[in-house]
Amino acid sequence: MDKLKEQILRTSGVNTLKCMRCGKCSGTCPSYDEMEYHPHQFVYMVEKGEIEPLMKSKSLYKCLSCFACVERCPRNVEPAKIVEAVRLMVIRQQGENHLTANDIPDLLDEDMPQQAIVSAFRKYSK
Amino acid sequence: MKVSYFPGCTLKNKAKDLDKYARLCALKLGVELEEIENWQCCGGAFSMGEDEIASKLSSVRALQYAKEKDQYLVSVCSACHNVLKQTNYQMQNNSDFAFKANNYLAFDNPYNGETKVIHYLELLRDVIGFDKIKENTVNPLKDKKIAAYYGCLLLRPSKVLAMDDAENPSIMEDFIKAIGATPVVYPYRNECCGGYATLEDKNLVNKKSGLVKNSAKNNGADLIITACPLCKYNLEKNNNTDIPVVYITELLAEALGLKEE
Amino acid sequence: MQRIGVFVCWCGSNIAATVDVKAVAEALKSEPGVVFSTDYQYMCSQAGQDLIKEAIKEHKLTGLVICSCSPRMHENTFRKVAADSGINPYMVEIANIREQCSWVHKDKAIGTEKAIILARAAVAKVHLNTPLTPGESEVTKRALVIGGGIAGIQTALDIADAGYKVDIVETKPTIGGKMAQLDKTFPTLDCAACILTPKMVEVAQNENVRIFSYSEVTEVGGFVGNFTVKIKKKARYVKEDVCTGCGLCTEKCPMKKVPNDFNLGMNNKGAIYIPFAQAVPKVATIDPNYCNMLKNGKCGLCAKVCTAGAIDYTQKDEIIEEKYGAIVAATGYNPISLDKFDEFAYNQSKDVITSLEFERLTNAAGPTNGVLLRPSDLKHPKTIVFVQCVGSRCSADASKGKEYCSKICCMYTAKHAMLTRDKYPDTDVYVFYIDVRTPGKNFDEFYRRAVEEYGVHYIKGMVGKVIPEGDKLIVQGSDLLDNKQLKIEADLVVLAAAIEPDKSARNLATMLTASMDTNDFFTEAHPKLRPVESPTAGIFLSGTCQGPKDIPETVSQAGAAASKVIGLLAKDKLKGNPCVAHSDELMCNGCSSCERVCPYKAITYVDKEFRMPDRTTKVRRVAFVNEAVCQGCGACTVACPSGAMDLKGFKSKQIMAEVDAICK
Repeated sequence: MDKLKEQILRTSGVNTLKCMRCGKCSGTCPSYDEMEYHPHQFVYMVEKGEIEPLMKSKSLYKCLSCFACVERCPRNVEPAKIVEAVRLMVIRQQGENHLTANDIPDLLDEDMPQQAIVSAFRKYSK
Repeated sequence: MKVSYFPGCTLKNKAKDLDKYARLCALKLGVELEEIENWQCCGGAFSMGEDEIASKLSSVRALQYAKEKDQYLVSVCSACHNVLKQTNYQMQNNSDFAFKANNYLAFDNPYNGETKVIHYLELLRDVIGFDKIKENTVNPLKDKKIAAYYGCLLLRPSKVLAMDDAENPSIMEDFIKAIGATPVVYPYRNECCGGYATLEDKNLVNKKSGLVKNSAKNNGADLIITACPLCKYNLEKNNNTDIPVVYITELLAEALGLKEE
Repeated sequence: MQRIGVFVCWCGSNIAATVDVKAVAEALKSEPGVVFSTDYQYMCSQAGQDLIKEAIKEHKLTGLVICSCSPRMHENTFRKVAADSGINPYMVEIANIREQCSWVHKDKAIGTEKAIILARAAVAKVHLNTPLTPGESEVTKRALVIGGGIAGIQTALDIADAGYKVDIVETKPTIGGKMAQLDKTFPTLDCAACILTPKMVEVAQNENVRIFSYSEVTEVGGFVGNFTVKIKKKARYVKEDVCTGCGLCTEKCPMKKVPNDFNLGMNNKGAIYIPFAQAVPKVATIDPNYCNMLKNGKCGLCAKVCTAGAIDYTQKDEIIEEKYGAIVAATGYNPISLDKFDEFAYNQSKDVITSLEFERLTNAAGPTNGVLLRPSDLKHPKTIVFVQCVGSRCSADASKGKEYCSKICCMYTAKHAMLTRDKYPDTDVYVFYIDVRTPGKNFDEFYRRAVEEYGVHYIKGMVGKVIPEGDKLIVQGSDLLDNKQLKIEADLVVLAAAIEPDKSARNLATMLTASMDTNDFFTEAHPKLRPVESPTAGIFLSGTCQGPKDIPETVSQAGAAASKVIGLLAKDKLKGNPCVAHSDELMCNGCSSCERVCPYKAITYVDKEFRMPDRTTKVRRVAFVNEAVCQGCGACTVACPSGAMDLKGFKSKQIMAEVDAICK
């Protein structure tokens, strides 16, 4: 098996073969319109081993980790975990953080809760 | 009774009211929130990677602390709660992860998911009981039509959070009834506000929060309540609809007569 | 000493690919008592059977060991071969080297070793086998059909037509089942009532059929050919033989707020009701939960208006006991509860309905008299979205839903969509589908007509959420082929809910000792070759209680079940199973343990005189097995503390000999 695919499957713990291609994940995703690749495509493309286009895509940073796809998937595929695994694969590389500490000050306003910063950091940086 | 309490980063800073009233109200209802010593930030979002160990260790420490005190582990912030419950679930069901986490932390007694993690709302419903809240309500919020905003983190994934039906929840509505107000059920109550994307994609968050606020307003609500500081922030930053957003604990304090003006 | 022949079957490559069959045959030659050992490609074939018969003659065999597939498959075949050659059929042992060996092993060396061990165990057992002769029992020439839907009706009619008596027990006040609730039926679009109600009348008028409506089976005893069944006739507070079905009482009943379950609660009925105009029997029934007279003695209006004098508020449940030779389960299905599927807003909006509710909404006898009006405001829906696979095809570890395909939804949804477009051409109809499954005669043609002639919009994808907003339902779903997330403003959403076996089936299966699968569908004796029989003798399966199926399939299966019943009832006597329990009276200590565990009530205790060594006699209380009732389950043999109880053909000695042979 392709090394990238193997790593994604290991990190995510997802069995992409369980997917029956119903598209309910994409039917429910709140970030659908912001994404170039949609949740069902993440699952299908990982299954086919097409990882690199996903790694390059900004869609990785549009997933809100809201677990709607996880909750509603009739096959318990957990697409969000696939998205997270691809994102981790990218940001675990040196110099590939999507967000750095230097970016933060410009993004803040005085009401912004700390929670927003720490969770964005967890999702976007290593 | 006493419970272990994990306030989280935001309740110590931008969401002090959420924290203050949580403690006051619980005390009034007979439960002391005992803050965990030296708690560390949960990280704000659960790291879904199976091979992510370090990012979950702070949660495991909090879980172990509660276990040693033989107490419930209670949090108010939806995000903290989500991270703690999901980490606990992994400690119970993923032996490989539990083994590694225990190795890192080198506890005297290994932790294997023994602690019961509950959200503040579950504390109210299952430990204190909504009836007791009803009895202690001195300012019933009679004319208020209130929309409960669950967001995503409070309910999902329901297999792990196990708090309520993820698609048709009732815990917050029952809470609203207990303090004498009228709950407004609306379809976006369990849809995401945009969450942490607020840092770099205001447009996305604005759209998502707008849907929630509009939906609540269109269904006749004059107030939205939430347990999550980030939800509150995102909803309040959306200017399209004019509807106040308050914390559940603030509203509870008002009903119990503990609110300081 | 037995003279044993060993016959190793290849089962084509099923066994031979993982087991060295020649090595097995060779190894067995040196076992004590084995005088002949060979292998053959298909032992169950005519040539294989002839080979066995010749070996029996040539080597004067007294016992046979067949190394082959599971005894469930071909034990009877080989027992018959033995009997034809003059050997008692119970001198045959099967070593299952297919299901329990070749199919579960990959390594040929390991498979071969295990096959040899299994064969040795069988040889060891044959040494201790004794000839057994089955007893005979009479057959009660009457069948019981449990469930009065189209499956039960058809089975009963076919049995009755062959000249046998048959009773139908139906839990509802009328027979007809789900089919009576349907509007039209795919793929021919004939009206369900037009084809069903004549059958209901026919079965009611057939002199061989008795219908126990509003009744339940409460107890089943006995065995194939001789079942004893208790049937509870629930009090309907109306004398069934007096009521003329005029319906005056139902009009006059002042209690009008009883949810009408025949219309799935979409309108109300009186506390005294006749489910629908063509009900059989056409007799009124009082719902005691709503009737004021029964609740607090205030009213009695129905009794006053009934000119026939049929109302009887003092009626009590009645238990009837009847004997049957065969029992057919035809308990049917229900749509699953959609409480856990509220992403589709079923509980949040009246205008999100199930497909069965849609049937009632389009049925001329339904709550809207067949005019398609949506429940919330009784307006014509202009945009309708159908969602397929709601709760079907879910993985076992998902939080909700069934693993199987419910089979009928693709076709009835195509029907609903087509009929809507036909009657209301100004209505936009969308169907969200994952796959459209149309295997059936004229089925795919039907679906294509919905698309090509009626302009139904089929969208490949699943709905993620239904959002009630104002008087609209925003249906948010995937259009996978267009790579879009759609938001359709609909007026009505119809959910094709998965179907599941009726809840009564589980309890019934326990009474019948009939097996079920994890979904509570009855299990058939063999999925291909015995599809209408339960593994429990004398129990047959008809309709959806065995698995999802449509009307044509149900009717065919109902007929097949009837023919199996007829085959059974046509026999005057049945040969029993000789492998039954037997108690060694000298060892029995009279403790009653066996009597308590026996699920068939086959064991009783008798006082018996025994001659003691000192020539006195002594009366002892000992176990007695009714061999005609015993099914040979063996529960008593493990419960017996003194080791007195043994199973013929499976004596402890025989089992231990097998274990010893394996451990050697």
